Formats: sequence, structure tokens, C-alpha cells
Amino acid sequence: MKMKLTTLALGAMMAAGPVMADLVFPSLSYRTGPYAAGGIPFADGYADYFTLLNERDGGIGGEMTKLVECETGYNTEKGVECYESTKGQGALVYQPLSTGITYQLIPKVTADNIPMHTMGYGRTSAANGEVFSNVFNYPANYWNGASGVVNYLLESNGGDLKGKTIALVFHNSAYGKEPIRTLEELATKHGFNLTTLPVDHPGQEQKSQWLQIRRERPDFVVMWGWGVMNQVAIQEAANIRFPMENFIGVWWSGAEHDVLSAGAKADGYKAVTFHNVGRDFPVFDDIQKYVVDTGKAAGAGDQIGNVLYNRGMYAAMLAAEAAKTAQGIHGTADITPAMMRDGMEALVIDEAKMAALGMPNFGPAFNVSCENHGGPGLVGVTQWDAESKTWSLISDFAETDGEVIGSLIDADSSAYASENGIEPGCK
Amino acid sequence: MFYREAGDFKVSYQEDSQTFPIKFDRVRYYVVLAVAFGLIPFLINDYWANAILLPFLIYSIAAIGLNILVGYAGQVSLGTGGFMAVGAYACYKLMTTFPEVSMFIHVILAGGITGLVCVLFGLPSLRIKGFYLAVATLAAQFFLVWLFNRVPWFYNYSASGQINAPERDVFGIIITGPNAPSWATYLFCLIFLTLCAIVARNLTRGTQGRSWMAIRDMDIAAEIIGVNPLRAKLTAFAVSGFFIGVSGALFFAIYLGAVEVGEAFGITKSFLVLFMVIIGGLGSIFGSFAGAAFLVLLPVVLKVVGVDVLGWPTDIVAHFQLVIVGALIVFFLIVEPHGLAQLWRVAKEKLRLWPFPH
Repeated sequence: MKMKLTTLALGAMMAAGPVMADLVFPSLSYRTGPYAAGGIPFADGYADYFTLLNERDGGIGGEMTKLVECETGYNTEKGVECYESTKGQGALVYQPLSTGITYQLIPKVTADNIPMHTMGYGRTSAANGEVFSNVFNYPANYWNGASGVVNYLLESNGGDLKGKTIALVFHNSAYGKEPIRTLEELATKHGFNLTTLPVDHPGQEQKSQWLQIRRERPDFVVMWGWGVMNQVAIQEAANIRFPMENFIGVWWSGAEHDVLSAGAKADGYKAVTFHNVGRDFPVFDDIQKYVVDTGKAAGAGDQIGNVLYNRGMYAAMLAAEAAKTAQGIHGTADITPAMMRDGMEALVIDEAKMAALGMPNFGPAFNVSCENHGGPGLVGVTQWDAESKTWSLISDFAETDGEVIGSLIDADSSAYASENGIEPGCK
Repeated sequence: MFYREAGDFKVSYQEDSQTFPIKFDRVRYYVVLAVAFGLIPFLINDYWANAILLPFLIYSIAAIGLNILVGYAGQVSLGTGGFMAVGAYACYKLMTTFPEVSMFIHVILAGGITGLVCVLFGLPSLRIKGFYLAVATLAAQFFLVWLFNRVPWFYNYSASGQINAPERDVFGIIITGPNAPSWATYLFCLIFLTLCAIVARNLTRGTQGRSWMAIRDMDIAAEIIGVNPLRAKLTAFAVSGFFIGVSGALFFAIYLGAVEVGEAFGITKSFLVLFMVIIGGLGSIFGSFAGAAFLVLLPVVLKVVGVDVLGWPTDIVAHFQLVIVGALIVFFLIVEPHGLAQLWRVAKEKLRLWPFPH
């Protein structure tokens, strides 16, 4: 019996062991814990797109992809364990989907020369590629998000926010604190008042914050929430009858599962976004055909078209396109993490490319360069319709306040450079 | 047969009162030290250091610290996470204010500062006991985390409220930051653990430890026989705080490198260290090691077996981890309420009699 068990374990180990020729994409996901509601659809979308590439195209450039999933539970200690255990397998790019883990990994990936892509999260000033050589956060970052919210409010209020009050309900962590600096700058620029209301992890307890909102009656509430915090906040807003159309979330607070629990009361809730919503894209037909119908979907296959599933798939698409670019630059299909970094820095996404991939108009067209790892920072606004249970885009993807954001990025990244003895410059 | 006192003659008081009176124990102790200092640094890689050994070493220090307070002095504390945060933030402020000073000194100073803070929060222990004291230390936990979140001076006014360990060295060897070699970080933590364990062991078997245990067993009786409860309780808080502060400083500076107080030093950390102490064995230095090893290694082992060997989905394995660790904690507490240390003690007793059990 003992013999049998050992051979079984050995066989399983050999079957599960990494095949070195594959392109390895680690997925530091979280399918458990208070943030799982957001982690699951993202991880499913990320995994399904790579499965689609393998099934339909035979991998990227003739090289099969291999997804290594590691459960972090949104916990930094487990994130470190995941990073260390996957980096030896030739991981090409890390996407931790957690700002806390991102902060942890920024110095590590730079030392190990592995790129990291933090799409719409992480350290905003990583947009300055001269300081953060291995960290990318295209196509948009938190400060674009904050500015996008303010721009939308300006637009819908006739260009004037003077004397209005905006309350920021935020997750009391590095993630939630990230937009405060930009919003403070914008408050002085546009003359509105900003109140900040921190919500502690995991965010189930928000009575006092919403009591304060009820008492102070701010004109608008902006939310930087994640996980279970979103649902609770939207429910609380409904309970105090705060007008939903004046309640705007960042892109991590604007998915189906966040609003569904509040039912009809959540109707009209808005969120900013940097990519399109819905499932009217040809790529989803392919995913249905090659991945879901063949039983190879990462999850139950019911998440397709959800906001966060789309985002996970979008992240995977950008990673795959960067890998293709890297293969083109270095003339080899079997790329290394260092080559992948070059590919990400030379990434060009245009309309024709996206249409060819079955995602016309899915996201903005942009070029990455050494100076700009952050992309164009175009932000659109989506609104929830509780009747049809869909998100729909209610504004075009618009420019954000590059002047304010640019100077903040310069200040923050040069502080990081001087703290860590980095000589800014392009390699 | 080989594990026994018989034939091991002591000819001086010193020999008679040494830590490991049995020769086999002594040899084993030196072998463990030799392997830890002489062999592992040559074999270690990043994965072993960052995923397994560093957390084990650091949690062991924290568990020793808490064991002194809970296991030896009988003062229940739920503030471990908060006190570790004090160590981490003290170390961060020292590192950034005095960059040229050696990390050894920073870590020790961070421990000292935590000791002082711990004494401050230990003052209520003179009036309240048991569950009430647990609640008082729970307040310390929440207050300290709130403080480090609230006052920007502690995190040097950084935008995200995180603290990041800059690169620092010891005798020219980089010890913090991403470029630190894994053997160096491992040895640095190991030196601290060894020193802490030796100090703790000798404190607990001397006068000081006896007065702590007297207070634990019955404080009124202890007072009658001449133990000063103020002194005994506050020294327990001070020593325990020092160890926990050292572990917090290492946890931030060496192991994680970037820390967010609410996430890294929340109430779950306090419970984790308390579980280590309870599972390992209250009032035992060895138990602190065993408890830390159990709670650090078990999740990693389960993950490797479940995901890498059996190829199960990661979420199923993560859920199983919770179930298995929880079930094992319950199992241990029912079968062996005195923890892993008691199992070890029983094994030693059996060894002494072996092979003639009667």
C-alpha cells in the first residue's frame, strides 16, 4: 500500500511538474476570503483567455501557455510565498490583483528582473518607467480614476463644483488611500470640499460612516472599495436613501455582484471604468466554443461578460500581446521574463489589433514607452440598471487631468528613487 | 537505552544545573545548532528562506515572547499583533532616521521600545486578571493599529500609508531589501532567535522565572511568600514585549519588506501567535518552536500536497487548509491539552525507560 501511494504521488508530481518550454503565466488569485467575490471572476477571465489561446491558436507564437494558479487570499504573506514558489518556474509576468502584494513585490521583481503588470491598481507612480523599470500599470491608474470621477462630476454639473462636498468612502489600506492625494489637489483646483471616511478591513461594518454621510449630506459620494465592502456600502447608501446617481465607485467597486444584493435600490449607481462592459464581443463566442463548451473553463462558466471577468480577460489579452511583441523583438518563441519586459515596454495596442482579436472598442488604443508605463489614462463611466441587471457605458472614454496627475507622479516616483538609490533613466 | 541520566556523572554544580543535563539532549542541541548555522546557509534558496524558514524563525521569537507572558506569568494577552506593529514601526523610524547605524542595533532598540510600550499596557494587569485583562490588551491591539494608521509621522507621510524597508546592511552584507541574499537574512534572524531562546530559557529557570510562575499559579500565595507582584508582572510584560518587538521588527524589515499595519498586524496575528503558544505548549520554550513550526509549515505542506502533487484547484485546497488546521487544533486540544511540548516530554519519559517499559 505504501509503495502504491509513493508511486502515485511520484506520478502525480511528474504530471504536474512544469514543462520548461511553455510560456508560464502565474495567476496570483484569491478564490477564498472576503475578497473572493472580486477575485473569482477576474481569475476565471485570466485563465480562460490563456486556455482559449492554447485551444484555438496553439498558444502564443506556436508556444503553448501554462497558467500556474496560486491562492493568496489577498494576504501579503501568502502572496510572498506564491511569488517565491512560482518565480522558479520561469514566470513571465506577475499580476497580483492586490495593491498590498504589489507594494511587496515591486522591489522583488525589479531585483529578479521579472515584469509586473498592475492594471488599474498598485502603486500609481509606477507609471514613471524611468524609475520603475519592471512595473507597468497601463492603460489607467488610480489617479486617472479619481480625476475621471471629478471630470464626470464637473461635466454633469455645468463645469462648476465650487462649494460642493464630495465624500470619499475608502478601504483603509494602501489601496484606499491611494486617491486621496489626487482628490485633495483637485479639491483645491476646482474648489470643492473633500471629506474622507475610512472603512477598516474587511468592510462589513460601515454604520458609522454612513451615519456621518446622512448627517453631513455631501453632494456626492465616491467609493474606493473592494470585496464585501462594496455590497455593504451600496446597501447602506440605499438604507439612508442616498441618491444612487450621486454615488460613484472606482472600477473595483463596480461589478455585478456589488450591486445585485441591494436589488432595485441600487438602480442608477455609477462606476468609472477603463474598458468596455457587456458580452457583445466576438471573443466571447470563441471562449464559449473553445473553452466553456469543451469543459475547460476555469470556473463554472457563468461569469462570462461580467465586469471583472472582462477585466481579467483584458489583462490576459494585454499580457499575451506583450508576449507576442517580445517574441517579435527577440526573434524567439521561447521568451524569458527579461524579454517579456521589453515586449511590455514596446507594446502597441490599436483598433485594428483589438478588432482582429475579437474585441473591437474593448479598451483604448495606446502605446507603452519607457517614459510612460501608465498608458493614456482614459476613463469612462458606467451605470447600473437594476431592471435589466446590466452595466452600460454612459460616457465616452475621456482624458483625465494629466497636469495634476503628472506632477504628482513625478513627485512620488522621485521620492521613491531617492529613497532606494535608483538612478532614473531608460535602459 | 541511550537517553538516560544513569552513568552521566556530574562533578560540579555548574554541570548539575546546565540547561540540558542529559548527554543525548546536549548532543542533539549542538547538532541542531551546527546544522542551522553551518549547513542550512549553504543549501538555502529564496523559496526556502522567504516562504518557510524566515516566517518560522520570526514567529518562533514572537511565540517565545508571548509564552513568557501567557505561559510563564499567566497574563493573557491579545495584543501581540499591536506590539509586533510597535516593533516594526520603531524599526522603520530608526532605519530611516539613522541609516548608517547597524541593523542589529535597530532591531534591539525596536525591541526595547516595544518593551516600554508593553509595560505601559501591562499596568492594568495589576488590578485586573484573566478575561478582563485579555479585553484590556485587546484594546491595546486596536488602539495601536489605529494609531499607526492615523498618525502620518509613523509612516513618514507616504501617500499609501505603507512602510517600506530601505536597503540596510550589517558589516557590509545587505540584510534588508530585495537584493539581500537569502543566507544572510536567514542567518540574521537565526542569530536573534538563538539569542532570544537562550535568554528566555535562562530567565525562566532562574529567580525571575520562578517568581513569574508563582504569580501564575496563585498570585496571593506568591505575594505572601515575598514575590512582588508589581515587579513580577511588569518584568514579564517588559521581557515579553522586547521579544515580540524584535519579532515585529524582523517581520517587517527582513521578511516582508513592506507592511500595512491593518493587514499585517491585525487581530488575526494576535490570535495566530496565541494559537502557536497554546498548541506548542504553555510554559515551554520548546513548545514555542513547535507551535510556530506547526502553524507555519502545515499550510505550506498542505498547499504543496494539494496543489502541486495532487493537482487540485487552489480554492478547494485553501478551504481544506482551514478545515484541516482547525480540526487539528481541536484534536490536539482534546487529546493533549498541554500541547506539542507535552508530547515531547512524554516521548522523553518513554525513551528513558525504553526498552524496559516497566
